[in-house]
Amino acid sequence: MTRFYGKIEAAGAILLALIWISPLVYAFWAAFHSTSDAVNFNLFSPWTLENFRVAWDGAPWIRYFLNTFMLVTVVLIGQFILTTLAGFSFAKLDFPGKDFVFILVLMQLFILPEVLIVENYAMVSRLGLFDSILGVGMPYMASAFGIFLMRQSFKSVPIELHEAAQVEGCGIFGILWKVYVPLARPTYIAYALVSVSTHWNNFLWPLIVTNSPDTRPLTVGLSIFAAPENGVDISIISAATIMSVAPLLVAFLLFQRHFVQAFLRAGIK
Amino acid sequence: MLSPAALLLTTFAFYPSIATLWASVFSRGTRRKPSKFIGGENYADLFSDPTFLLVVKNNLIYAAATIPVSIIIALSMALWANSKLPARGFIRTAYFTPTVLPMIAAANLWLFFYTPGFGVLDQIGSLFGFQSVNWLGQPETALWAVIIVTIWKEAGFFMIFYLAALQTIPPELKEASDIEGAGRWTYTRRIVLPLLMPTTLFIMVNAMINSVKLIDHLFILTKGGPSDASKLILYYIWEMAFAFFDAPHAAALTILVLAVLATVAAIQFLFIDRRTHYQ
Repeated sequence: MTRFYGKIEAAGAILLALIWISPLVYAFWAAFHSTSDAVNFNLFSPWTLENFRVAWDGAPWIRYFLNTFMLVTVVLIGQFILTTLAGFSFAKLDFPGKDFVFILVLMQLFILPEVLIVENYAMVSRLGLFDSILGVGMPYMASAFGIFLMRQSFKSVPIELHEAAQVEGCGIFGILWKVYVPLARPTYIAYALVSVSTHWNNFLWPLIVTNSPDTRPLTVGLSIFAAPENGVDISIISAATIMSVAPLLVAFLLFQRHFVQAFLRAGIK
Repeated sequence: MLSPAALLLTTFAFYPSIATLWASVFSRGTRRKPSKFIGGENYADLFSDPTFLLVVKNNLIYAAATIPVSIIIALSMALWANSKLPARGFIRTAYFTPTVLPMIAAANLWLFFYTPGFGVLDQIGSLFGFQSVNWLGQPETALWAVIIVTIWKEAGFFMIFYLAALQTIPPELKEASDIEGAGRWTYTRRIVLPLLMPTTLFIMVNAMINSVKLIDHLFILTKGGPSDASKLILYYIWEMAFAFFDAPHAAALTILVLAVLATVAAIQFLFIDRRTHYQ
């Protein structure tokens, strides 16, 4: 009886898995076949790269890739610097009103940058950052989530190491750089993975702040390319979609173990 | 050391919140009529705007459907991905993959499922003799089509948190319950689920935030239509501010959303307090 249930469960789990990847698998298959073959499910029709050629010529993809790449890099560097400093102050320094300020910071977990699009747009324009990569990235740099994560990670560092470094004549930044940062490496990796995948995929804010192909990230480029007004067909949209998710997807599949482990180890619970 | 972060948080979170509040009590300025203080009029306008009421209703349905369903699916996924099933690696990857895709790409993938006539769903339906359905084009189904994409996207992400929590459950508990003769179902219900409660709370808060935030796919799938049937609040804010250029009403709407989020935050803080006592 138990074995019977076990089999049903396994079947259920696998069925759900198949349903879950079917949209991706279908798009992948459609991307390599002509539109008429794709919509008619001609399973044995010839494979073709034609869709990729058409899609590739349809938009400045290299530029989009480059923009997205620069965006996630800028955001990540900014986040690392800011969350390290802030996380450290909350974890190990004493200053008046610390708890109050910390709660203010945590508030930002709920005041989503997405909701404040109108005023943030005005702010970015005022700073002269409209239609720039920095403008897209800046609102996300002082991430409350990151600050919280770093604080938790730094808190677990034994104070003896801190004192030992102090005795050796290390300044506060030296201690931070030589003691805390190396010990928090798993947290940095986990945070980097989360951050990169978030900003690689972000759409609404970049849509608002960018206004030219020179700054537009992939997601915005893809949405413009696939807009129904342009009348592009299924196979070509599939090809463009597959193309733009490929780097992140391949990286995920290659480093899947790290990716999941990073999540688990960072103790995001 | 705190100042860089504080500066940016002020610039892009606190100041804009205040500025939004400020903007929400002024009228829209035109060249002939400069904007002036009008108190709660923008808010009153919103509540008498049928689109606003519809959008709120849509968003409530969106939240009420996506939050529980994706949590339940995420929990089953995690229990399966954590057990000794065959093909576990494949199962895990399949569950998690949608999470790494941009919402825009996800919407493109699902577009082919929903397209009337030659979309995948219609083709499967026609095998069983069903009529072609315009899933995205009719008010009754458009919102649900959007909901399904959201669930598909976020369940795998929530699964990770459950997986993390499951791995912290000491194996002794399983051994003890085996010795006591408890079945797998009893073990799951009486031991695993209670231990997962804090994780569930955390995920619930995230799912709530997502039900405000996850609207990217609307841009591809429905654009809020047909006749606003699938329009959600954040999309409406965007539309008001950047398509209709009606910043004051967008600001009032933003403030309402922030108020709801603040309530969620307050509840969460209370629960976090409870949790720290608990541990």
